[in-house]
Amino acid sequence: MGIVAIQGDVEAHAAVLARLGAEAVRVRCEKDLDGLSALILPGGESTTISKGLERLRLYEPLRGFARSGRPILGTCAGAVLLAREVENHPVPSLGLIDVVAVRNAYGTQVDSFSADAEGDFEGLRCVFIRAPRLRRPGPDVQVRARVDGWPVFVEQGAVLATTFHPELTGDSRVHERLLALVPAVP
Amino acid sequence: MATRKGKTGVPSGNGGGRSTAQSFEIKVGLAEMLKGGVIMDVTTPEQAKIAEEAGACAVMALERVPADIRRDGGVARMCSIEVIEGIQRVVSIPVMAKVRIGHFLEARVLESLGVDFIDESEVLTPADEEHHIDKSGFRSPFVCGARNLGEALRRVSEGAAMIRTKGEAGSGNIVEAVRHLRRVNGDIRALAALRVEELPARAKELQAPVELVRRVAELGRLPVPNFAAGGIATPADAALCMALGAEAVFVGSGIFKSADPAVRARAVVRATTHWDETEEVLGSSRGLGEAMEGIEMERLAEHERLANRGW
Repeated sequence: MGIVAIQGDVEAHAAVLARLGAEAVRVRCEKDLDGLSALILPGGESTTISKGLERLRLYEPLRGFARSGRPILGTCAGAVLLAREVENHPVPSLGLIDVVAVRNAYGTQVDSFSADAEGDFEGLRCVFIRAPRLRRPGPDVQVRARVDGWPVFVEQGAVLATTFHPELTGDSRVHERLLALVPAVP
Repeated sequence: MATRKGKTGVPSGNGGGRSTAQSFEIKVGLAEMLKGGVIMDVTTPEQAKIAEEAGACAVMALERVPADIRRDGGVARMCSIEVIEGIQRVVSIPVMAKVRIGHFLEARVLESLGVDFIDESEVLTPADEEHHIDKSGFRSPFVCGARNLGEALRRVSEGAAMIRTKGEAGSGNIVEAVRHLRRVNGDIRALAALRVEELPARAKELQAPVELVRRVAELGRLPVPNFAAGGIATPADAALCMALGAEAVFVGSGIFKSADPAVRARAVVRATTHWDETEEVLGSSRGLGEAMEGIEMERLAEHERLANRGW
């Protein structure tokens, strides 16, 4: 399991993976992707992480990783980077999920909050930190959870995105979903 | 139905009670998101843009960088509202700002502005020589400076969601940041080696609540993220702090007092991400131009040392 380790809460994701018995590898260059079965784009600052991805020329390799069918999870900043389009201080995104991500859509940190999700993951407590909102999900996008009517957990093929931080709450259902999508080795 | 938990807290402790407290988990959550990043001191919206472009994970708004505060003397206060608002308008990364130690009204003002993180900072002139702010009653998270474990835990017990080791701000000299990082982490290692019945006596020595001391002994780290600050002037300085256990770095005067701030800012960000890859630290150290001028500690009298403020 790889975690893109440019900036953000890499350790928190690694801790969840460790609880689930999966080994975490830090990804900072193209060759770090070799042999990984899944990838996580962590929370953090999407501006900072996108500049790192550009400097390290990782955009294309990450798209290639997704094309190979291996699952990817992006949380918060990671979700922004997976979106087709980004609004409100746009950053270059990977375009792996057909949604529009609106950055900092709830306001500043004083507007951050937690709430319980509605949908397939009943009772999943979602922590939103300067979170984005996802708008206009395309026909191939499945909305797995909502809060206040807004999609907060979406899937398209093997690509998952949450606008909240499943790595911060001790409820590992989102990470379990990622692991369940890892293709079986023939 | 969704039930919101963040917006229904206890009434605020100090400063008028107009807002409700934010849950500690959500405050620490933002600190978690800043890990592995560089928080840069800026005094204008233009500087904030340069910092964001370079890859800073947040900016710290202030009237003068610490090196200028040190040079000019006088009372250093919270940044002007216009500068903070100007910076908030131009960047999308979190905006932090400093308040004087104990000045909970300055903190209320920053909270009302929606500032993302408040630094109750020894770099400004203290407003209260006995009491720090009761930070638990705010929606904004707070970061505070510390030189050792006792100081760090006293700030956490007051509600700080992030600790930064103090270093010596505006000195361009990394020696104090190294001292404080080694001290805090050394204190934690020593604590973890104690037997459980020895913790209350150690808590007394540390002048910190025994529950927090037990928690640190169990975790083997602070209960909140621990960043480094004070004297970082080069990419290698930032990487050194990361290697000594800092989870992110604050760079104050080091960037905008250098010859080429944009280049140096990018270089410090790169060295912080890749602190454990020497080739990258080397690459980030090339072509930087002049660093800020540094001050030897022997040339600073005790009363000139900002780290001595706070307790």
